[in-house]
Amino acid sequence: MLILTCPYCGVRADETELSPGGEAHLTRHGPGSSDDDFHGYLFTRENPRGVHFERWRHAYGCGKWFHAARDTMTLEVFGTYPAQTTEPPRDICDAITARHPGWNWRDFS
Amino acid sequence: MSHRLPDLGRLIDRSKRIGFRFNGAPLAGHPGDTLASALLANDRMMVGRSFKYHRPRGVVASGAEEPNALVNMGEGPGFEPNQRATTTELFDGLTARSQNHWPSLEFDVGAVNTYLSRFLPAGFYYKMFMYPRAFWKHVYEPFIRQSAGLGQAPKDRDRDTYEHFYAFTDVLVIGGGVAGLQAAHSAAQSGARVLVLEQTAHWGGRAPVDGGSFGGAPAEEAVEQLLEELRQMDNVTLRSRTMGAGVYDHGYVLGYERLTDHLPLAKGPRHRLWRIRAAQIVTATGAIERPLSFAGNDVPGVMLASAMRDYAVNYGVAAGKRIVVATNNDDAYRTAICLKEAGVEVARILDARSRGGGALMEEARALGIRIDCGRAIGKVSGGKRVAKVMICAQDGAGGALEEVACDAVAMSGGWSPVVHLWSHCGGKLLWDDQQALFRPDPDRPPTGADGAGFVRAAGAANGHAGLDAILSDATAAGRAAAKAAGFKPKRTAAPRGESTEEQPLEPVWLMPREAEPHLRAKSWLDFQNDVKVSDVQLAAREGFESVEHTKRYTTLGMATDQGKLSNINGLAILSDALGQPIPATGTTTFRPPYTPISMGAIAGEARGDVFQPLRKTPMHEWHEQQGADWEPVGHWRRPYAFPRAGERVHDAVEREVKNTRQAVGLLDASTLGKILVKGPHAGRFLDMLYTNMMSTLKPGRCRYGLMCSENGFLIDDGVVARIDEDTFLCHTTTGGADRIHAMMEEWLQTEWWDWKVYVANLTEQFAQVAVVGPKARELLNSLGGMDLSAEALPFMAWADGQIGGFDCRVYRISFSGELSFEIAVRAGQGLAFWEALMQAGETFGVMPYGTEALHIMRAEKGFIMIGDETDGTVIPQDLGLDWAISKKKDDYLGKRAQERPHMTDPNRWKLVGLETLDGSVLPDGAYAVAPGRNANGQRNTQGRVTSTYHSPTLGKGIAMGLVLNGPDRMGEVLEFLGTDDKTFKARIVDPVFYDKEGEKQNV
Amino acid sequence: MSDPVSALNGAEFHGLIDVADAGLTGMITLRGNLGAAKAKKAVKAVTGTAVPAVGEVLGSGETATAWMSPDELLLIVPYAEVAQRVAKAETALAGEHAMVVDVSDARAVLTVTGSDAREVMAKLCPVDLSPAAFGKGDFRRTRMAQIPAALWMTESDQFTVICFRSVADYAFALLKVAAQPGSAVGAF
Repeated sequence: MLILTCPYCGVRADETELSPGGEAHLTRHGPGSSDDDFHGYLFTRENPRGVHFERWRHAYGCGKWFHAARDTMTLEVFGTYPAQTTEPPRDICDAITARHPGWNWRDFS
Repeated sequence: MSHRLPDLGRLIDRSKRIGFRFNGAPLAGHPGDTLASALLANDRMMVGRSFKYHRPRGVVASGAEEPNALVNMGEGPGFEPNQRATTTELFDGLTARSQNHWPSLEFDVGAVNTYLSRFLPAGFYYKMFMYPRAFWKHVYEPFIRQSAGLGQAPKDRDRDTYEHFYAFTDVLVIGGGVAGLQAAHSAAQSGARVLVLEQTAHWGGRAPVDGGSFGGAPAEEAVEQLLEELRQMDNVTLRSRTMGAGVYDHGYVLGYERLTDHLPLAKGPRHRLWRIRAAQIVTATGAIERPLSFAGNDVPGVMLASAMRDYAVNYGVAAGKRIVVATNNDDAYRTAICLKEAGVEVARILDARSRGGGALMEEARALGIRIDCGRAIGKVSGGKRVAKVMICAQDGAGGALEEVACDAVAMSGGWSPVVHLWSHCGGKLLWDDQQALFRPDPDRPPTGADGAGFVRAAGAANGHAGLDAILSDATAAGRAAAKAAGFKPKRTAAPRGESTEEQPLEPVWLMPREAEPHLRAKSWLDFQNDVKVSDVQLAAREGFESVEHTKRYTTLGMATDQGKLSNINGLAILSDALGQPIPATGTTTFRPPYTPISMGAIAGEARGDVFQPLRKTPMHEWHEQQGADWEPVGHWRRPYAFPRAGERVHDAVEREVKNTRQAVGLLDASTLGKILVKGPHAGRFLDMLYTNMMSTLKPGRCRYGLMCSENGFLIDDGVVARIDEDTFLCHTTTGGADRIHAMMEEWLQTEWWDWKVYVANLTEQFAQVAVVGPKARELLNSLGGMDLSAEALPFMAWADGQIGGFDCRVYRISFSGELSFEIAVRAGQGLAFWEALMQAGETFGVMPYGTEALHIMRAEKGFIMIGDETDGTVIPQDLGLDWAISKKKDDYLGKRAQERPHMTDPNRWKLVGLETLDGSVLPDGAYAVAPGRNANGQRNTQGRVTSTYHSPTLGKGIAMGLVLNGPDRMGEVLEFLGTDDKTFKARIVDPVFYDKEGEKQNV
Repeated sequence: MSDPVSALNGAEFHGLIDVADAGLTGMITLRGNLGAAKAKKAVKAVTGTAVPAVGEVLGSGETATAWMSPDELLLIVPYAEVAQRVAKAETALAGEHAMVVDVSDARAVLTVTGSDAREVMAKLCPVDLSPAAFGKGDFRRTRMAQIPAALWMTESDQFTVICFRSVADYAFALLKVAAQPGSAVGAF
C-alpha cells in the first residue's frame, strides 16, 4: 500500500485515502482528430516495468488531482506534482535521471 | 509417555490448576501452559490426523510453525477451527476437539488412505479427477467436498468483536527475542519512536531456554533488565501477543494482536489488527528448527529437539520417558543435556556427522549419555506412539545396525532463519553454504518510497548464531534503522554475549543418505499436507523443475503452516533430484500473513450495523415506521413500496401507481444528485459535459440533459436548472451524484484548469419531495404560500418561495407524465415538510409511493432509466434521444467517440416499446431470437428487453427493449426466450404507452 | 414551519469515551482565490479569523475557519446566522470569481471526548493522531472507516468530526464500536 504526498495539502496520504486515475499526461483528442489519435487517447496506455507517471486524486482529503512519478518495480517515488501541467517538472525528471540514466517515458526524459 | 516433570517450567504457575476439555475428556493444566504443553502433560501425544492419509499425528513443535496440533476451539458462537495448540494459551474452561477424523481420533475410517498411499501419489488430484467427465458431478465433487479442509467451518455467528488501529512509528521491530529487544534499545537511544511486536506472551525468545549470558547476567535475567530499560523509555512501545503478520509497500505492516483469546470473559475486542506505517523495519524473527527426513518421522512422539527442550524448560513437561536424539548439529545436544538433568532417560544421541560435535557433545558425554557418530535413524516404529527406532549408518541405504526402544524422538536438522517478513515486500535471499541456510541478502532489501531499503534483518533471522554475534548484529541493525529514519544514533557498544561455542553442522536432507524407496515413501516433508520425500522425487521425475510448480503439484508447503518446517527440506530434495545446487532451485514465494489471522481481525469494526455505510435521507425513519419495503440504491436505501398491513408488495405498487395517476402521490427524491456549478464559464463547461446546449437555458428554466463518457456511452441524465447568469444546478441520478461531481472536478482540474468554474455537491443539503398527480397543485395550495399556477410556474420552470411556511425551491418537472412539483427544502426540515404534506394531503387522498411505482410510471411514458436502458455500451442515439444532442456544438464529451464507425452503424440495436400478444409481462433481460445459430450453436439474437413491468394504468404488460432496426419495424412480432424453454411473442410498438401528447403533465 | 433538526437529533453515547451530536452547526463553503484581498475580507467578515494556512483551523467553538483545499474554506458559524453571513461574504466578494454556499444541512457534526479520544479516532482513520503529530489547530480531512470525514481538536481531549448527513448514523455507530468498553489501546 503506497504512501504519496499530496502536493496541495502536504499530507502523506495513505493509499486508501487516494483514488487512482491511470496514466498521466494524456492529450485529449476531440472532434476533428484522426481515428488513430482518438484510438490512442482512449485506449493505448503505457504499462512500464520501471518509471511511470500516474494520476491520483486525494479523494478523502483535499479532493485535488495530482501526478506521481514512480518506479513500478522498486516502488521508489520520484515526486508528486499538481495536475495543471502538460509535462513533468524538471526537478522530477532530474531525480529520475539520477536513478535511471537514459530513461524515456513517452517523449519525456 | 509424556508427563509433567517435578522441576522446571519457568512459565507455569504450579500452585494453581485449571480445567479444560479435549475431545470431551476433562483434563487439567497450570496457568501459563499452552494447550499443547497441557495435553503433553496429560500424555495426550496424539492430537490429530493428517490431511490426506489420516495418519495419527502428534505435537511436533512448540510455536507458530506447528503443522499437526490444529484443533477445533470453542463452541457455538465462539467456535474456531484450525487453531494451533502450541500457540493457544490455556485458560480455565477451554474446550478443544481434534480434527480430520471419523468417527474418533483413536479409530478413524479415513486411515485406510494410508494403505492406499501408493495410489495417492504426488499430483494425485490432477491425475485422478480428470476422467471420466461424467464422474465430476456425482463422484469427484462430493468426494472433494467431503475431504476438503481440516477443521470444520463455524456454523454460528461470531460473538466477538474486532478492531483496527492505525499506528505510525519511526522504527518497527518485529520479534521480541534478544535480537529484537536489543535492536529496539539501540534504535530508541536515538530518540526515534520505536514499536516492538512479539507474537507470544513472553519476551526474550529462545534465550531463556537455550541459556548463555549477556550484559553480565544469565540470559533470562538479562532479558528482564533489557525489558525494564525499554519500559522506562517514553519513545518505546512494547506489544506482546502481537504478531507481525505482513510487510507491504512503503513500510506498511500488519500487526495481529490477540487480546482476549486467553481471557474469554474479558470485555472488549478479541483481536486488533494494527495497521502500521513504519519508516524503517527490523525483522528480528529468529529461526525455526528443521525436521530430519527419516522413515516414520511423523509418528506421534517425534518432535523437534528445540520444542522438546521448550516443553521441558518452559512448562516442565517431558515428551517421553526414554528418548533418542537425532541431529546433524550441536544445538540438539542442549535438549539431551536438559532432559537428562531433569531426570529423563536419554537412550542415545545419533549424530549424523562422522566426527560428532564440540563442547556440547563433551558435556553430554560427561553426563553419561551414549553418543553414536555417523549414525542415523533408519526408521521409527510405532502406530499412535513411538515404540522404537532402528539405527543405521548415515552413509548408507538404511541397513539396520541396532534397534532401540524409546517413546520419543528429538530431531534436529539445523536451523532456518525466519525470512518471511523480510521477503514479503521483495527482499531477496542468499544461500549460506557454510551454515546450509537461506538468509537475507543485505544488498537486495525491499525498497521504499526513497528507493532505499526499509527492512533490516537482525540476529538469528539474519543467519547469526550465538548470543554475542546476535547482540552485535542487533545493535548495528537498530542503529542503522534509526539513522535511516532520520535520527542520530548513539554510539554505544553492544553488550557482550556468552554462549557455548558450536561446531558447524553437516547438511542432512535425507536420513540415511541413500535411503531405500520404501523408507523414502515414509519420510515426511510436509506433515500437514502429507507430502513425502518420494512425492517430491516423483514430481522431479515427471518434469517439474520449478520449485513453484513442484509446490503446487505435490502440495508441499500449501497447508495452513505454509511449509514453515517443510520448505527447505523439500527444495533440498528437489535440488538433489534435479542434480543442481540449492540456490539454483530457490525458494517459493513468501506471502503474508506469517501465520493465519482471523477473518474478524481483517474485517475489524466492519460487521453488523457498520458493515457498510447505509445512507439515509431525512425522511428515512418515517419510511421505516411505515413499514417500507427497501431497495438498495448505491449505499442508500430507498422505499421500493409502502405495503399496508396484510398487503402484498406487488399490490402496494399497483395501488401507488393508480393513486398517483388518479389523485396524488409523494416520492422521497432526496437521493437525486444536486450539484451547483458556478462561474463565468459555467455555461461553457456544461456545454462540454452535456450532449445538449445548456448555455442557452434561461434563468428560471429547467432542461433535461444527457451526459456521456469520452467513449460516447450514456452515463447519466437529469434536469438542469439555471439559477442565474453564472449559476446552474445540475440534477443527477441517485447513483450518479458522487460520480458526476467527481467527474466535474476531474475535468476542471486536469483539462480545463483555466476555466472559471466552481462546483459544489449539495445533494445532502436538501430534502426533495416530488408531489405528483392531478391533485398535486390543490394539495400544495392548501398549505398556502407561493403561486404555483401554470402561469406563474409553467412546465420546466422553477421558482423560490414558501409553502406552508417552509422555504423551498420548486421545480415543475415530471418523470411520471403527471402534473408534478419537485420541492427542495433544507434537509433539517425535510421530515417536517414531508409530514406537513402527508397531513394536508389526507383530504386529497395522498399516498407515498416508492421506486417501483416511479419506475412503472416512467416506463408507461417511455422515459429511459440509466442502468436499465443503459449498460455502459449504449449511446443516446440508440435510445432515440437524438433530440437531446446538440448539432450546433463543436465538441462535448463523447462527441468524437459517437462518430466512430461502430457507433454510426445503422444496424445498432435501438429502443422500442414491446407488448406481449397476450398481455403478459416479458421476462427482464430476455433476448429476441433471430433465424439461424452462431458459431457456438446458440440461437442468433436481434434484441433484448431492458425494462419490463405490469402497467396498472393499462392493465397489461409493457416493456422497452433494444432491437435491431427496431424503430423501422413497428408492428412486427418477435419471439423472446424465457427460462425453462418458455417463449414469449411480443409486438414492437412505440415506447410511449401512455398520454403520448404529454397533456397530463402540462396543466 | 418547524425548527430544523440535526441528523443525529441530540444522540449521545458513553463508553470508553463520549460521543455526542454537536447539534445544528452553521457551515459555509467558500471557494475562490484564497490569496485575494477580497477573500481575506470575506473570511474576516464571516468568522473574524484570518485565512488559515494549509491544514489549519483558526477560531474556536461556534466560529471557526478551516482549510479544506487550496481553493476552499469551511466557515463555521452559528446555525441561525448562516443566511446573514453568506450575504456578508457575498458582499465582500462582489466582482470576484467565487462561490459561497450554505452546507449546514448537508453535514453532521459530532464530538468525541475523553482521555482515549485520540486512540478511538486512530482506530478508524489512517492518520498519525499521536500528540506529537496532531494537536489543536490542525485540521485533517481523511477517511473514517468507509466514509470521508474531517476532524480537528476543539479541546486537548476532544475531537470535532464532520461527516455527510446521510451517513451520520453510520458514523455514530462506528464511534460506538470503536469506543466499546475494554478496548483501550494504551499506545499514546
